[in-house]
Amino acid sequence: MNYITEHPKLSQFAVLLAVFFLLYFNINPADGIFWRLPSLLTDLPRIVNDSVDFLMFEWWPIEIYDPEIEEYEETALLKEITRSFSRSILFCIELIREILLGGVKTIVAFTDWDFVEENEWARLPAMPWTVVAAGGILIGYALKGKGLALLVAFATIYISSFGQWEPAMETLSFVLIAAPISFILGLLLGVFAYKNRTTEAILMPLLNVAQTMPHFSYLVPVMVFFGIGDHAGAIATIIFATPPMIRLTLLGLKKVSPEVLDAGMMSGCRNFQLLYKVLIPTARRDILIGVNQVIMQCLAMAVIASFIGAKGLGFNLLLALNQLRIGQALELGICIVLIAVVLDKLSLAWANKQTDYFADLPFMQRHKYSLFFGVIFITGIVLAYIGSFIFKDGINYLYLIPHNKGITTENFWQAGVDWIWDTFFFSLKAFNESLIQDVLMPMKAAYLAMPVVATFALVMGVGYIIGGIRSALIVGALLLYIALTDWWDRALITAYMTTFGVIVSVIIGITVGSLCAQNSLATKVILLVCDTFQTFPSFIYLIPVIMLFGVTDTSVLIAVIVYATIPATRYTVEGLGSVPPSLQDAGSMSGVSRLQRWVKIELPLAFPHIMLGINQTVVFALFMVIIGAMIGTDDLGQYILKALSDKQGTGNGLLLGLCVAFIGLAVDHLINTWAKKRKEDLGIA
Amino acid sequence: MKKLINKVAAAALTITLATVSGQSIAKDSSKPIVIPTHNWSSQVVMAYVIGGIFESMGNNVEYVPADSQAVYESIRNGDVTISHEVWQSSFGKSFYNAMAKGGVIDAGTHAAMTLEEMGVPQWVVDENLCPGLPNWEALKNCKDVFATADSGGKGRWLEGPQSWHGDLMPVRVDALGLGDDYVVKFAGGADALWADLAAAKKEGRGTIIFNWTPNFTDADGFAFIEFPEYTDGCRKADGGDGSCGSPKGWLKKAAHYQMPKRWPAAYTTFSRMSFTTKDIGQMAALVDIDKMSHQDAAKSWLADHEDVWKPFTQAGM
Repeated sequence: MNYITEHPKLSQFAVLLAVFFLLYFNINPADGIFWRLPSLLTDLPRIVNDSVDFLMFEWWPIEIYDPEIEEYEETALLKEITRSFSRSILFCIELIREILLGGVKTIVAFTDWDFVEENEWARLPAMPWTVVAAGGILIGYALKGKGLALLVAFATIYISSFGQWEPAMETLSFVLIAAPISFILGLLLGVFAYKNRTTEAILMPLLNVAQTMPHFSYLVPVMVFFGIGDHAGAIATIIFATPPMIRLTLLGLKKVSPEVLDAGMMSGCRNFQLLYKVLIPTARRDILIGVNQVIMQCLAMAVIASFIGAKGLGFNLLLALNQLRIGQALELGICIVLIAVVLDKLSLAWANKQTDYFADLPFMQRHKYSLFFGVIFITGIVLAYIGSFIFKDGINYLYLIPHNKGITTENFWQAGVDWIWDTFFFSLKAFNESLIQDVLMPMKAAYLAMPVVATFALVMGVGYIIGGIRSALIVGALLLYIALTDWWDRALITAYMTTFGVIVSVIIGITVGSLCAQNSLATKVILLVCDTFQTFPSFIYLIPVIMLFGVTDTSVLIAVIVYATIPATRYTVEGLGSVPPSLQDAGSMSGVSRLQRWVKIELPLAFPHIMLGINQTVVFALFMVIIGAMIGTDDLGQYILKALSDKQGTGNGLLLGLCVAFIGLAVDHLINTWAKKRKEDLGIA
Repeated sequence: MKKLINKVAAAALTITLATVSGQSIAKDSSKPIVIPTHNWSSQVVMAYVIGGIFESMGNNVEYVPADSQAVYESIRNGDVTISHEVWQSSFGKSFYNAMAKGGVIDAGTHAAMTLEEMGVPQWVVDENLCPGLPNWEALKNCKDVFATADSGGKGRWLEGPQSWHGDLMPVRVDALGLGDDYVVKFAGGADALWADLAAAKKEGRGTIIFNWTPNFTDADGFAFIEFPEYTDGCRKADGGDGSCGSPKGWLKKAAHYQMPKRWPAAYTTFSRMSFTTKDIGQMAALVDIDKMSHQDAAKSWLADHEDVWKPFTQAGM
């Protein structure tokens, strides 16, 4: 009895569970509205779709003369505006691409196709890969020294010798546009939100939705608005990569202490100076994490972007997977990770480079790197020229190594996959069957047998216990939207897979994270592993997983767990690392054992932070469950995939995406509210 | 909307006139013709083959990766110019949806007949895992051969994603009276089908998957199940009960409605293009079996088969 009075929340939870099960077992499909809400929103996708179509193709018609077919073409204003925006982005991407790989489109942009056809000389030559590689190495050296130079050298040589230079440069060219735009956009919006409360209030919910919405669901709208091609891929990537940048900028700026601000004002800073010279440098740490996130997100989109026309590694990866050439896909995946790591390290080094204000160097010293690059440039071209005499039969290895003409380790990986298959298949099969029959199928059935009233009671009840009536209403409203669409049952299946994935990921993540946090080397290693898996295209392991576990929910869940364990691990490591050493010492002095210290001191103190990790785990798991549609599911993801070919693709895609986002947001709201209160209680807010 | 349909009609008329009179109206635009590439070999090779043919006529081309379902919306908007592999049963719906909205025209049909149907790998028949296959009646007695962990004791049909043919297969299972013995599972994409095929082969278990021909699986042998013959109106969507197999299907070509005006010569050639099952098989084999890159495969096919494609480009055929 004593226990219950000490923990009032616990008894509330007990009552809530009792109510939930009472409802669960006493309401059956015959009870109409208590069982499932009527789908009042059935028409919404069509309405959204029709309005988008109207805006894009009918609203404000304008006549444009097309000299080629000697006719006036009727088109809509908005379409012309978005298409010209597309063209300018595409121009930038093509420009970088043609500097790296050669081509005619940049010249076409200033003249026309006829001009290029008539003048053979009018094309940009490709830069020899040796020049690009050596240039990258030089930049690495100039920014940070030998270590970074070695990293760049390894990456560029790997990419070119494996014959992936062309697709890698195609991917690079669109990342080099998408990443800076995301960065600048994120920084600007973050600053606006910091300066203006209204902006922040408007921006926050949008950010929440954008970060929890699966990227599949806005592919069709992006395609309708901006067309198909590298620019569309870049725009989808920007939508995906900007929100974390905004959030981190805002977070960093808010942390700047008023004293710093006052000091800036006292020195007579103007508004812009205050921002540029005081605020941003002080908030540097968070902004740099933002840059890291932008780059990671951009390359994580490399594969998805190829659904709507981005060329490069992502497209080749899908092609390789379709032929079940896992080894080749793996090599492509490694290229994506390498590009991510190199860009991340280079941008970090650049941002951390201190300006030497007092140096007064002679011309040669000041421009030594530019001069050196000049030397590299000329040497590279001379080498390529010499190469054209050495390699007479087509491929000039000193100029451009064509796609898939390099060395390959495909057979090795293929053998590895075969070996895993031969060794583990039958034991895995038994495991798979019992998992499906004894755990997954019953769990799915239990979720589907949940009356809508019981779901609402449970979720809103938890909301009430954690955050009072306000939280209950917020999560209730989010849920209500899903319940009123046609897709409630689909959402329940999504919820079942997400729940299972999150539970397993959290158990693995906290265990591994805690173990690794004990040792500083292990901490570094595990964080590196986390980074790698975050950018490594998850599509690659979909195929081997299907080979081993078939087109089943197990396959989807394994993919989910691999991906969703990342944040759980990362936040555990960080959370444990941030426990003040003085508290640990205090514990040690009271004579706790190592295990006691972990259970009684470290975990409780780190738990609010770990909960944020769990929050991320839920978002990651939702993402992967949706991508699981590529394996074969019958949840929301399958319908989002289907939206790619629907008549009402735009409407269905967006509204299904919102369903997923709202599940994520409800969980996000509950966990954040809880973590905030808990932190206040612990006095570590 | 109406205007658009009128325009399409006008465009179609122009083509007919142009073909009848046998001469092109004007010179082709030098703007590039945009050809989509999807994620299966024969389609990508054929994209480069068609691109090569256009280039041989002096046109500029450009390739863009696209999703095979979503591409029709892009053709409609003019972001992509053509689609050269419109499979009746998998993409027919997306194709006609886009056509109904206006902006896409039907640019003729390939000689290749396609079949898109449920089937089993050849060795399932050879080893007699289910006696009587490929006749569908045999399925009645061997649900256990095709059962999987999540099929609840029933045999499993692994169908393509729901976006390909909706509820066609579940309806068929029920209409044939197989509903108590079989259940349909939707895979996420073609690669999931191939992965299951490869796994089944290694494991020596039976599997019923959705497949099509011409396809690279033809090389290893694949037996399509012989369902009751398709007749007009036998499908549920057309008023029947759904107890019939798939028809021998067409493989069409689609184009943006302005293509005949903007690139009259290229359009005429494109509308004449007609690849046979053999041609498509050769293109896929160069990549899937000889492990060439897609561009090289296209170059080598173009070089070896001038007799096939040259006539498409010549007037007066």
